[in-house]
Amino acid sequence: MLKTLYDKLWDDHLIRQEDDGTALIYIDRHLVHEVTSPQAFEGLKLAGRKPWRVGSIVATADHNTPTRGWERGIEGIADETSRLQVQTLDANIREHGALAYFPFLDARQGIVHVIGPEQGATLPGMSVVCGDSHTSTHGAFACLAQGIGTSEVEHVLATQCLLQKKSKNMRVEIDGVLGRGVTAKDLALALIGKIGTAGGTGYAIEFAGSAVRSLSMEGRMTLCNMTIEAGARCGMVAVDDTTLDYLKGRTFAPKDALWERAASAWRKLVSDEGAQFDAVVTLNAGQIAPQVTWGTSPEMVTGIDGAVPAPEDFADPVKAEGVARALQYMGLTPRTPLTRIAIDKVFIGSCTNSRIEDLRAAAAVVRGRRIAANVKQALVVPGSGPVKRQAEAEGLDKIFLAAGFEWREPGCSMCLAMNDDRLEPGERCASTSNRNFEGRQGNGGRTHLVSPQMAAAAAIAGHFADVRTLS
Amino acid sequence: MQKFKQLDALVAPLDRANVDTDAIIPKQFLKSIKRSGFGQNLFDEWRYLDHGEPGQNCAARPLNPDFVLNQPRYRGAAILLTRDNFGCGSSREHAPWALEDFGLRALIGTSFADIFYSNCFKNGLLPIRLPKAEVDALFDQAAAVPGYRLSINLEAQTVTRPDGKTLAFEVDPFRKFCLLNGLDDIGLSLRHAERIREFEAKRRIEQPWLFAQES
Repeated sequence: MLKTLYDKLWDDHLIRQEDDGTALIYIDRHLVHEVTSPQAFEGLKLAGRKPWRVGSIVATADHNTPTRGWERGIEGIADETSRLQVQTLDANIREHGALAYFPFLDARQGIVHVIGPEQGATLPGMSVVCGDSHTSTHGAFACLAQGIGTSEVEHVLATQCLLQKKSKNMRVEIDGVLGRGVTAKDLALALIGKIGTAGGTGYAIEFAGSAVRSLSMEGRMTLCNMTIEAGARCGMVAVDDTTLDYLKGRTFAPKDALWERAASAWRKLVSDEGAQFDAVVTLNAGQIAPQVTWGTSPEMVTGIDGAVPAPEDFADPVKAEGVARALQYMGLTPRTPLTRIAIDKVFIGSCTNSRIEDLRAAAAVVRGRRIAANVKQALVVPGSGPVKRQAEAEGLDKIFLAAGFEWREPGCSMCLAMNDDRLEPGERCASTSNRNFEGRQGNGGRTHLVSPQMAAAAAIAGHFADVRTLS
Repeated sequence: MQKFKQLDALVAPLDRANVDTDAIIPKQFLKSIKRSGFGQNLFDEWRYLDHGEPGQNCAARPLNPDFVLNQPRYRGAAILLTRDNFGCGSSREHAPWALEDFGLRALIGTSFADIFYSNCFKNGLLPIRLPKAEVDALFDQAAAVPGYRLSINLEAQTVTRPDGKTLAFEVDPFRKFCLLNGLDDIGLSLRHAERIREFEAKRRIEQPWLFAQES
């Protein structure tokens, strides 16, 4: 039988199945962070259980950690409850162990979805889980990668397995050539705009087509990262030279003869020619403009050449009501061109867009320019310690600082504002993160999702601007 | 986990699509290392007029009188009517913890986000998917009739309206079994520990790079 990539990954991890299709799936890599793990470790302890295989665990503290004041050490986490959560992770990993732990202040600490691939701890063919919905990121390496809840974190700790039913197969075929200034982030947003935030619910998505093949691993990670925003728990891209080139030589990747053996097995991680998909969605990369969200759901998005819609544009009354509420929250008037929307803050970072390629792309726009006078704050938060040092070695920090940006320490930061980086009520932000939900970046904050280039262009212009037309 | 067999309870309608888990329980409350106590901050930004932070006495905070769960007619509701894609976004299990801690036991809507849907079952909370026309009718009735109640029977997989009309719903047999019996699925999975060990041993030989670097 012809198999999709997802079919192959599923079959390779299937231990057993109930009559109703509920399956026991083996987990190769368990990524752990401080927010969704403490209750799981506590549950394990209360039940008198031990982790099944601590060698599968890669852990870091990222959600709560501050992006400045690291010289103060753990005291730099001003909020007591945040500090306790970070210390609880320390204690749990100290007690049980892990393949690798990159604690707060460590040189290799960073956003969990940045450091897994960076360290070669995410490898093709793995099943990867984390108590974080953006685990879909790792699908860029042809992994079965998905976000799970805390009860499932405990289940994986205790059994090395996940209980779930197989999803349906969706292929998202993106052909054509990306225009200048158009990125993987724009592909992801355009897809969500097309199929909606529930369009992928119940599916595993494979991204294919010439535009996907031409993306770097960073771009593929951005695309897979946003899969959950389309409702699909996992997204993936087949293995090719780009995948192998990225991984070779990384810390936890196999070496020498084992690399050769692994690489030849990984080459098979592609959908069979002619394999059947339950749904197919096609996009033409050449027709996609840089995207900007205007509402409070990632599906509320349009090209930079577009305008804010009106509720009456939507036939479904529940949808129209949702749009009306979103425009009220966002403080926007229907028919306003996106390029006329002024911003207060800029955030370049998050597991979606904080890798070296993202910082290079933003720096290229910013170079030799200054942020606009109306921009109160522009933050660059690298995804990890190694990304930060690489950027500094290339002089990107100087470019950002000269333009008026702040250059911070790694972490999730203003993507979800669990630390001190946040929007104040009513503030409007051009953000490279993944969610524009009400209050996501701070109570009352107004988030517009964009690519790093578009965030940089907005910082310079003081309002959304078409990066393609900047000289 | 609390068992779920039958429920006859007051219904509250939350008439919004794409309700995300950030709205269900905002990020500042995720700093807790406990599993309990999230109910008072359920829908915090919609429910209160002030800004919520952990450790507040929520009984003293100003309530938003327009928010559905604050309206006296819905006080004590254990069933929440929801719209498309409820529970989208973050995988935070704090969302079902907050719903359950608030006193809700069942959700009825057209669709739920995948991760949220499975998180509910781990916490004695039953998410019920019904066709749009049936959900629309429930919203209409709940708004029109004060004290509107529904009766849910998980064993029979039915929701019964006050007018006697019975709506059938689907649920995975395995999840149903766990919920009916209040079972911890870790214990169930560990019955297959030997199978897991064999699978793992074979994998270690066939794909050793997946296990490399372990000491």
